Amino acid sequence: MSLALDEKTAMTKEEIKAKPYWNPYLSGIGLGLVLLLSYVIMGRGLGASGAFTTTASVVVETIAPDYARNNEFYSEYLTDGTRSPFKDWLVFEVIGVLVGGFISGALAGRIKRTVEKGPRISTKMRFVFAFSGGMLMGIGAKLARGCTSGQALTGGAILNVGSWAFMLMVFAGAYALAYLMRRQWT
Amino acid sequence: MNGPFYKYGMFNEEISLIVAFVIGIGFGFFLERAGFGSGRKLAAQFYFTDMSVLKVMFSAIVTAMLGVFFLSWMGFLDLSLVYVNPTFLLPQIAGGLLLGIGFVIGGYCPGTSAVACSTGRIDAMVYIGGIFAGIFLFGFVFPLFKDFYYSTPMGSITLPQLFNISYGTLVFTVVLMAVGAFVMAEWGEKKMAQKKGAEL
Repeated sequence: MSLALDEKTAMTKEEIKAKPYWNPYLSGIGLGLVLLLSYVIMGRGLGASGAFTTTASVVVETIAPDYARNNEFYSEYLTDGTRSPFKDWLVFEVIGVLVGGFISGALAGRIKRTVEKGPRISTKMRFVFAFSGGMLMGIGAKLARGCTSGQALTGGAILNVGSWAFMLMVFAGAYALAYLMRRQWT
Repeated sequence: MNGPFYKYGMFNEEISLIVAFVIGIGFGFFLERAGFGSGRKLAAQFYFTDMSVLKVMFSAIVTAMLGVFFLSWMGFLDLSLVYVNPTFLLPQIAGGLLLGIGFVIGGYCPGTSAVACSTGRIDAMVYIGGIFAGIFLFGFVFPLFKDFYYSTPMGSITLPQLFNISYGTLVFTVVLMAVGAFVMAEWGEKKMAQKKGAEL
């Protein structure tokens, strides 16, 4: 009982310590400038899911090398062995994302071991949903050839047709299912 | 000086990986600043209580879009050297739907899950496990729906080319749409706050 109380006070203290988020328009402009910089320096935009695919492909290659090299999907992300598949632009970029997120979180006092969920759902159920959602996301991102970063943001800014179709569908899909998911979040 | 610098051979691939890391830091930093390390804040978008996802996304798109437009117009950026991901309409529509459903169930998208993970969100770590499971599944069944994956190819195509209108006109239209969306988002948030206030 007293332990639970202590935990509660500790949490409240941490919440007081955490600085508020930036204004969304300001954060968006910052994000847009990073994307613009990427276009000007590299001639390409941002991404995220590609780095996950590289990692997944290497795991499959480690377990079943022949299968991975003959699979049309995994082989795209692998190399002939003369260089590491991890020597990849998106892999380095996503490592940067992890570091950048940590820096921002640390500066604002927002590093916290916690589970994001509404009050009406158990942690266990939240994990089940997190895993299933991640799985659908993984399939969707591969089917669409990119995710919110690689398609919506990156392609959105250069008016890519497929990216805009994709972006509208992301919102459509999420809103369509939001009502069923309300117990998890609200 | 002409961009894209990398395409003009101003530095080699090794350097490009350092550039990737630095750009990633910027990307992750602003995502976390916006509050996108929190699945609850992200999901609130779909309940109209906090429209940050829309606001951040569209202000980022508009900023980068205007930057690319003006830099290319002034001759600093060669647009023909900027990579345009080829469009495959149907698989991208299906993928977008699945991703949206996954977003509201899982609470993150791949990029935001990385930021949530590095700021300690355990559900984001579970979510990333799910992404890997999804990618494995996709890879294993890929031969079965390879035809669908490559269906409705349109090549590297942009909206101005599709609608046969000028680049500038389309940029201006997107800016107007974004401003409209921002006004509606602010209005919607206020309405939801009032509704919540009335319930309490």
